[in-house]
Amino acid sequence: MEWETVIGLEVHVQLATASKIFSGSSTAFGAEPNTQASAIDLAMPGTLPAANAEAFRFATMFGLAIDAEIGRTSVFERKNYFYPDLPKGYQTTQLEQPIVIGGHVDIAVNGETRRIRIHHAHLEEDAGKSLHEDFHGLSGIDLNRAGTPLIEIVSEPDLRNADEAVAFARRLHSIVTALGICDGNMSQGSMRFDVNISIRPKGEEKLGTRTETKNLNSFRFMERCIEQEIERQIEVLESGGSIVQETRLYDGDTHSARSMRSKEEANDYRYFPCPDLLPVILDDDYIDAVRQSLPELPEAKQARFQEQYGLSDYDAGLLSADAATAQFFEAAAAEAGDAKACANWVLGEIAARLNASDSSINEAPITANMLAGLIQRIQDNTISSKIAKTVFDAMWQGEGSADAIIEARGLKQVSDSGALEKIVDEVIAANPKQVENYRAAPEEKRGKMLGFFVGQSMKLSKGQANPQQLNQILKQKLEQ
Amino acid sequence: MNPQDIQKIAHLARLQINDDVAAETAKSITEVLNLVDQLQSADTDGVAPMAHPLDAVQRLRADEVTEGNQRDAFQAIAPATENGLYLVPKVID
Amino acid sequence: MHNLTLAEQKAQLEAKAFSSVELTQHYLERIERLDTDINSYITVTAAQALAQAEEADKARARGEGGVLNGIPIAHKDIFCTDGVKTTCGSRMLENFVPPYNAHVVDNYLRAGAVMLGKTNMDEFAMGSSNETSYYGRVHNPWAPNCVPGGSSGGSAAAVAARLAPAATATDTGGSIRQPASLCGVTGIKPTYGRVSRWGMIAFASSLDQGGVITLTAEDAALMMNVMAGFDHRDSTCIDHPVPDYSAGLNDSLEGLTVGIPEEYFGEGLNPETEKAVQAAIKEIEALGARTKAISLPHSSLAVPAYYVIAPAECSANLSRFDGVRYGYRCENPQDLEDLYKRSRGEGFGEEVKRRILVGTYALSAGYYDAYYRKAQQVRRLIKQDFDNAFNEVDIIAGPTATSPAFEFGAKGDDPVAMYLEDIYTIATNLAGLPGMSIPCGSVDNKPVGLQLIGKAFDEARLLNVAHRFQQVTDFHRQAPAEID
Repeated sequence: MEWETVIGLEVHVQLATASKIFSGSSTAFGAEPNTQASAIDLAMPGTLPAANAEAFRFATMFGLAIDAEIGRTSVFERKNYFYPDLPKGYQTTQLEQPIVIGGHVDIAVNGETRRIRIHHAHLEEDAGKSLHEDFHGLSGIDLNRAGTPLIEIVSEPDLRNADEAVAFARRLHSIVTALGICDGNMSQGSMRFDVNISIRPKGEEKLGTRTETKNLNSFRFMERCIEQEIERQIEVLESGGSIVQETRLYDGDTHSARSMRSKEEANDYRYFPCPDLLPVILDDDYIDAVRQSLPELPEAKQARFQEQYGLSDYDAGLLSADAATAQFFEAAAAEAGDAKACANWVLGEIAARLNASDSSINEAPITANMLAGLIQRIQDNTISSKIAKTVFDAMWQGEGSADAIIEARGLKQVSDSGALEKIVDEVIAANPKQVENYRAAPEEKRGKMLGFFVGQSMKLSKGQANPQQLNQILKQKLEQ
Repeated sequence: MNPQDIQKIAHLARLQINDDVAAETAKSITEVLNLVDQLQSADTDGVAPMAHPLDAVQRLRADEVTEGNQRDAFQAIAPATENGLYLVPKVID
Repeated sequence: MHNLTLAEQKAQLEAKAFSSVELTQHYLERIERLDTDINSYITVTAAQALAQAEEADKARARGEGGVLNGIPIAHKDIFCTDGVKTTCGSRMLENFVPPYNAHVVDNYLRAGAVMLGKTNMDEFAMGSSNETSYYGRVHNPWAPNCVPGGSSGGSAAAVAARLAPAATATDTGGSIRQPASLCGVTGIKPTYGRVSRWGMIAFASSLDQGGVITLTAEDAALMMNVMAGFDHRDSTCIDHPVPDYSAGLNDSLEGLTVGIPEEYFGEGLNPETEKAVQAAIKEIEALGARTKAISLPHSSLAVPAYYVIAPAECSANLSRFDGVRYGYRCENPQDLEDLYKRSRGEGFGEEVKRRILVGTYALSAGYYDAYYRKAQQVRRLIKQDFDNAFNEVDIIAGPTATSPAFEFGAKGDDPVAMYLEDIYTIATNLAGLPGMSIPCGSVDNKPVGLQLIGKAFDEARLLNVAHRFQQVTDFHRQAPAEID
């Protein structure tokens, strides 16, 4: 049987506010446990929430960026359940009246553009963390993250395969980072994905039973997880079984998902409007002002990159997808002058290295300024493109700027004709037979034979010989 | 309301209700529910629910970090902590 | 000294007739001597009180000090006090010492008031008799075999027994007015949003409101001047100018229209109580006010609506008491579920558990619309009743409670009988309006209270009417015979 996959995503995006959504605690990542948990975050008796304006502004920016309706009245509700990382025993979230309603995101997969509808996005607070390292068989609770503002973006089930789901997730990542409302730092959990997956026979209208896999915080995990889950569901159905509606947890270490014990029982969250918070009213003036302040979005940036820098559609798309990457590229291009060369470096060497370590350009050991410095040395013939790779490697290892590395390692291209002639003389003297052959060969074969001498001379110059000059001198001397 | 119903709700509310008092609890809760059932006599067609007594709207505070580290003060009154963490029986996801 | 009102003590302190240390010492001695029988305090902070009194006297000597400088008061044990145990009447918080003050507590500290201690209360303010306190029942100073009312029974009994000239209190469905009525003292529940709830342990967030219990309306005005005001930490606190509540106390009542709701004088009202209340209304008429019969047609639905909304809110508000970060934790929990269930099962008393269960049920899948949504709709109808009434009248007057103080255990095991205790007070909480209770007579030597209900933020008017009434009556001056 031919199966069709139906995928919907719930995306948790940590908003890049300085303080938490309902308290004045810092949201900075990586602090000592519970040092950023105030009385409010700890749900101490008598404490009350006070809502953060910036969280609303960020959520509004997101809504406007995806062409959604902004909830003029948004209401916080309490979602009741007991869990040690949820100090109040309820999560303050939105249900009936969220801040972002509808909207859509366009994705391109295999050259085809598809529109993915957004059901809604709501504001809520993040939970703390349970640490399972062994505390005499107990768990440790860190509430630093509790109360960090989130928007949860809920897509319609418009996605049909892992590629589309990943493209959609990447698009959201590029939008929220371009808006500056999220740092996009996946490894720190700034964006986390829950994936709802079901399959149905092709042509069938009715949706199959779905499973929800939680805790995906990388695009690669997501892709693998979706593929595995589709395969699992097909296997179950084709062997006559049925899919159990369940919540699964993805383990990034073992690359496998398992059913979550804690979610086994059907939950009854008993939502009701939070009596400690009043309805938030956003009027047209507010929304217009936020609209005016929106930065350039990835789509517009892509078009501009093609136009302004003469880049291909594909390269412009890659460079504009991530705000930090786009900024890095533009800064390097402005300084180096050669935008195409910058694009090649960013999308080539730099992207490859970042991918390998699953990190973002902000974590790269080189700056735009350093890249521009390297490109300039190629442009002014101080180094060849080949040596440039060596210099780049050294920069990545933290050895300093291009100039410093060229200087320290003596990589400067040899353009001094005296020095080059000396090298050529040595090569000619060492290879009399080849010289003889060369000189005996007809004109049209000599071009190829020259390669041997260039190679030998380069080797002798440790790669530093200016190639054009070397060619010229070799030809001259061989044809004497 | 029977004792089984009570235990179901008590589980949602994470309250231990011993079996020997569940029947009594069920009885008193039934009395309360009988009282609140009087609400059904009210004609509320077209009446908007009222969550707050005054029609006020939420104020929003500026995004500023105003809270410092008070871990020692807070954990001094905690039942069980270690290395700055609150301890609970093992959490199984 | 203890038969002086707070206003009189303030004047005497200013005149240096006695010092704050002397006054505080006097109350501490009375508490020591009398409170073993009354049990109005859970915690007495004697050493701290004397130190504060000493500071107040020094400040006065320097010509400094706030408006309540050196006045000893008590706080209901629902208000968090930095470094002082705050139990909320529960075993759950038996050892809870918060590292922060409630907004209200800070306000009184700044005003120079001295804290004598923390008063007893129904557990988590859930009760109308003070019998649900983990720290023992409070005896009504007028009749030791009777309840003081609740949930602010400790505050009312302490003021009635002259163990404090004034006490803070809270009112979710009548918890200031009903015990004030039963103990023969003056109590005011301000408009919802008038007083910050920061640091006041929540029962039902959309109904809870802090207020005061005093001997007189004049004292209540002085206390309110300090308590009321905006606090950005409480999102439901309203940024509305605070008047000088003392300024208009003597205003004439000429031209004032007092609404008398027929629903507050029906079946269930003790005839002797009714007599006292009617006489008090006549007295207000004699002061120049005009009365007008009004109807609050949805009154009978106030208690049912309340017993959905309050339990629903409390079921979530009390989820934080889970034995993890503070408060009671059961012995040797086997697993997480055991930790939750036993800590909460053992830490909470019966009435609290009952309300959590009712609220959990009312919010659970399939019942939300029939209970919670319906109750919120009825709440609006009740509010509209008041809006309509206040188009015609300036204040509303009636009984605070159906009858005087009842004996311990009188309401038996039937929770509903106890819930109906608040039949006249609950509607004002649902509507968010200010309400007061002032002594207006007695039945069998047990006090009766007159309830006054005002428009939103019209506390000054209530205090004005109450003060004028107290200028021509002496019920508020009467002290329980057995206490001296």
